[in-house]
Amino acid sequence: MKDKNTTVFKSSDHMQEGDVLFQIQGLCKSFGKLSVLKNISTEIRKGEVVVIIGPSGSGKSTFLRSLNLLEEPTKGVILFEGRDITDRREDVNLYRQKIGMVFQHFNLFPHMTILKNMTLAPVKLLKMPEEEAKKMAMDYLKRVGLEEKADAYPNQLSGGQKQRIAIVRALCMQPDVLLFDEPTSALDPEMVGEVLEVMKDLAKSGMTMLVVTHEMGFAKEVGSRVLFMDDGRIVEENTPQEIFSNPQCDRLKDFLSKVLI
Amino acid sequence: MDLSNMLISSQSPSALGFSTFQAKFIQCFVDDNRYQYLLKGLGSTLLITLFAVLLGVLLGFLVAIVRSTYDKTGRLTILNAICNIYLTVIRGTPVMVQLLIMYYVIFATASMDKIVVAVLSFGINSGAYVAEIVRSGIMSIDQGQFEAGRSLGFSYPSTMVYIIMPQAFKNVLPALANEFIVLLKETSICGYIGLMDLTRGGDIIRSVTYEAFLPLIAVALIYLFMVMILSALVKKLERRLRNSER
Ligand SMILES: Nc1ncnc2c1ncn2[C@@H]1O[C@H](COP(=O)(O)OP(=O)(O)O)[C@@H](O)[C@H]1O
Ligand SMILES: [Mg+2]
Repeated sequence: MKDKNTTVFKSSDHMQEGDVLFQIQGLCKSFGKLSVLKNISTEIRKGEVVVIIGPSGSGKSTFLRSLNLLEEPTKGVILFEGRDITDRREDVNLYRQKIGMVFQHFNLFPHMTILKNMTLAPVKLLKMPEEEAKKMAMDYLKRVGLEEKADAYPNQLSGGQKQRIAIVRALCMQPDVLLFDEPTSALDPEMVGEVLEVMKDLAKSGMTMLVVTHEMGFAKEVGSRVLFMDDGRIVEENTPQEIFSNPQCDRLKDFLSKVLI
Repeated sequence: MDLSNMLISSQSPSALGFSTFQAKFIQCFVDDNRYQYLLKGLGSTLLITLFAVLLGVLLGFLVAIVRSTYDKTGRLTILNAICNIYLTVIRGTPVMVQLLIMYYVIFATASMDKIVVAVLSFGINSGAYVAEIVRSGIMSIDQGQFEAGRSLGFSYPSTMVYIIMPQAFKNVLPALANEFIVLLKETSICGYIGLMDLTRGGDIIRSVTYEAFLPLIAVALIYLFMVMILSALVKKLERRLRNSER
């Protein structure tokens, strides 16, 4: 990052800060007999940075993946910008265009250059002219300091670089919200910082983000709210200050004592 | 042949050997323009192989997409069942029997060109093997690639076309090329429906000249030459594909 104090991303502004983006009511998900999400209700507002923490296997990924229907909810309602995305008559693909996702293992397309990785979806789905898409992609690449990698292939990049590309690839679709599933968990420790920097810049620019992470520093610095999940439920929900300095339930205290060493 | 005979011939082997070889060569390939049997046969062999490969790849990809869509999403149940029957029947019976049935049963009354019958037989046969090769290629692509495509907003078919298939194709290219080489050699049974392919052409020369060695060796060498060229081309293509990733 060239300059840590200025935010490098512009926020999209067709919605008002504070409008409800996701309204989740009674969300349940089972895999066969295994009940993984048990009656989850919450809402995500425009501009919020919601950090989701909790022990492994508590359903964090499943919750996040339900929001763009990579997992199909068993029960419950997910309203996105006021419309029920679980309704089978709605076009899932159009919703997913507005909901970016960043994965633990990056999932860049190995057979395409970085530039192509970034421009494919806007060109094919948003019908953006090729040249315009390239220009936009180069802009994003400059902002994350990787413009010289435009013509490289993913295999030529380090993990941290790959994840920064994955983030800007998602941004190229101009999404209304970004979902992060443990974006730094697969990285060597020395590369975690560069990815968190990009994410913090994004957060400060007003991007709505849901982040599953074990990086408590990130939650404290830019999180507007923390959800603590355990056994398929949101057990505690509060501002980062309250969650970390004044945890209420025992399971959260126990969890924090383990991760905050 | 007794020992003295062998000693005599070994004294001037090259002169004696060469003149008989030359005579036989002329008898087999030059007299009555017999090389034409090989040339025309080779033409048929290449024509059949080329179009059978195209048909096989088309069928194979369609079947593979149906089968892996069923595996991944549980949709296309009926199509998947049809594909399974196709795979079972084709892979469970010899290609020669399929060719004979195609010619003597299915097209018994229709006056269909033998080349077309052969292309259909070998194409349909090859499609079954290509399908399983391509399906294994699709299934070998990390599920994360799929999810990345879908999360950007690509539909299932678009994700297949832009993201999964190009990678799957690259992975299975050697196996596919091998299937084509097998197919090229398999067409040598075309003679059974009275179609003059390369093998049959050589065999006709053998039957009219009573000389087996030269025509059959010539046929073998031509196959070998084509297979080696194909293999070399595939190696080159593989290397180029690999370079584009690293
Ligand atoms: N596709 C699946 N099929 C069956 N069980 C699954 C599947 N995905 C997740 N699970 C199970 O659901 C539970 C929650 O998983 P997950 O949401 O990945 O938890 P977390 O991300 O909090 O570690 C785990 O017990 C996991 O084994
Ligand atoms: Mg997880």
